[in-house]
Amino acid sequence: MNSLSVYLTVAAVLFSLGLFGVLMRRNLIGMLISIELMLNGANLNFMAFNRFLAPEPAVGQIVALFVMGIAAAEAAIGLSIILALFRRLRSINVERAQRMRG
Amino acid sequence: MSGSFVIDSLAHAVFWVVVGFVFAGAALAVFPRNIVYNVLGLILCLTGVAALFLYLGSFFLALMQLLIYVGAICIAIVFAIMLSRPLHLEVPKRRMPKVAAGIGAAAIFFAAVTAVSWKTAWKPAAERGADWTITTIGHLLLTRYALVFEVISLVLLVAIIGAIVTTGFSRRLSS
Repeated sequence: MNSLSVYLTVAAVLFSLGLFGVLMRRNLIGMLISIELMLNGANLNFMAFNRFLAPEPAVGQIVALFVMGIAAAEAAIGLSIILALFRRLRSINVERAQRMRG
Repeated sequence: MSGSFVIDSLAHAVFWVVVGFVFAGAALAVFPRNIVYNVLGLILCLTGVAALFLYLGSFFLALMQLLIYVGAICIAIVFAIMLSRPLHLEVPKRRMPKVAAGIGAAAIFFAAVTAVSWKTAWKPAAERGADWTITTIGHLLLTRYALVFEVISLVLLVAIIGAIVTTGFSRRLSS
């Protein structure tokens, strides 16, 4: 239970599932959910290294807090863009948003 | 002696149950095609990650995870789903080669990262502090990381104003 590799593997599984979701989903909200999964994998890595290796245990927690703040900002901006796109196109399928395609 | 052994094995069992919840939530957040199931899976997964933060020794970060992710971001996503009605999306199935390519890319990434993390001989720092308290975090946030703290506050302010402006303008244009 208490070994670094277990936490790193859990975080890698989270990140890979998020990557798969970003590649496969065409629903914009589904892609946003997958991005949150990837951010959580990175956060788990920060906390694991902080617990097992780092010289100062406070620093990793502060970095994880910053990641959470950035994730909140990203979710707010992303959701507002999705809503604007939905009002314009009546759909949140990514493949419909191709007006700027050359 | 036996009492502590029982508590230890109980903690082990609960740890693996929590890891199972995290995996189940992540799979539920990615694979179903109904977006509401995705959000519920995300909530389950993030709560499990908060429990893992408890195991990693940080009560404060677990609380922040519940507060920010589960309490704010997931609820915002639920509101976006209610406002945009994406439930009846007319999305056809992906073609098989694309699904295979996506699975392959994710699998290659996962294999590389786990191989690195299992092959490397991680060495702890020479002298490690034992200062996990919230007081230290607060001191560091207001001294060494004050600039980053303020920049993040600015980013959040800009994000809030930008979100309001984006949705407000688009409403004015479309109606």
